[in-house]
Amino acid sequence: MIRSLRALAIIGVCLAFTGVLASSIWTISGNPAPVDLAQLLSENLDRSGVEHPVTAVLLNFRSYDTLLEIGVLVIAGIAGISMAKTASLEDPQLCTSDSLLYALQRWFVPLMLVLAGYLLWAGADRPGGAFQAGAVLAATGVLMRLGGSPMAFLRPGLLLRLGLALGFTVFLLVAVASAIGGEAFLAYPPGMTKTLIVVIESVLTLSIAMVLLALFVSAPVNDAEDPEEGSSS
Amino acid sequence: MTASLLYSLAGAMLCGIGLFGLLWLSHLLRKLLAFNIMGSGVFLVMVGLPQHQGGPDPVPQALVLTGIVVAIAATALAVVLIRRYYHLSGMTSLEGERASREGGPE
Repeated sequence: MIRSLRALAIIGVCLAFTGVLASSIWTISGNPAPVDLAQLLSENLDRSGVEHPVTAVLLNFRSYDTLLEIGVLVIAGIAGISMAKTASLEDPQLCTSDSLLYALQRWFVPLMLVLAGYLLWAGADRPGGAFQAGAVLAATGVLMRLGGSPMAFLRPGLLLRLGLALGFTVFLLVAVASAIGGEAFLAYPPGMTKTLIVVIESVLTLSIAMVLLALFVSAPVNDAEDPEEGSSS
Repeated sequence: MTASLLYSLAGAMLCGIGLFGLLWLSHLLRKLLAFNIMGSGVFLVMVGLPQHQGGPDPVPQALVLTGIVVAIAATALAVVLIRRYYHLSGMTSLEGERASREGGPE
């Protein structure tokens, strides 16, 4: 009785929420936007240093968002690592000794590394960029870890911390340097825009891959009490 | 009914479904999945509603790209926390809720 009442209440809340959301969407879609952002963007695309509008927004016009985002990622990575039970982030029980996976990995890992590099470079004029490349890089790391490759750099030491903080540090340095140099915060000096964007994107790729990989491996390792846990991570 | 309106209304539906899952399910992983469905609905509204010359507007698209990466990191962190909670308490739902129906360990 109480359960069905609860279900009814929850369904009512959800229907009301969806209705309010849909009606506000209906209202918004009827009104024209006061500022044509896309028009503004395509007019200023020449000054951004890249040809793809999404990359231009991410790394130049709204780079503040991207700076905050990599900050959030670094915080999440640090929190994930501090949740790990042991000093070593490698769990020997998680490594499979599957020869098929090992053989596949020897073919796939170089290919995925090349693909990540291509995605990073392609972000200048077509869909791609630091986040896609970082995701592919992190997937390569997950594959290597499952295949049992030694990944000593994932121990919580200097190397891991450097890798986590690298992207945020370089981005922040560029921002502060441009602010000291008399420009606005995060305004790239003219003439160096393309170079700076490529440098920032490269370090962002590394940091994003490190954060995602660290979060993947930092789930608490299993102990003797509950042997079924740990096989699912 | 234009295509952009269709996409954003579907996004609103996804939000509603995700909210239902978040409120109704008690297993923490299912709550997390429901929350992600809700987030996908928000992304769908943000990409689908603003259209520019027959294609999606690049500015909200870039914002959604940022949001997706943050959502992935937050989800991974939530999974880490849930696993830690499970190791410490042996439960798959929060205290105070009724015992999980999904067959968590007693």
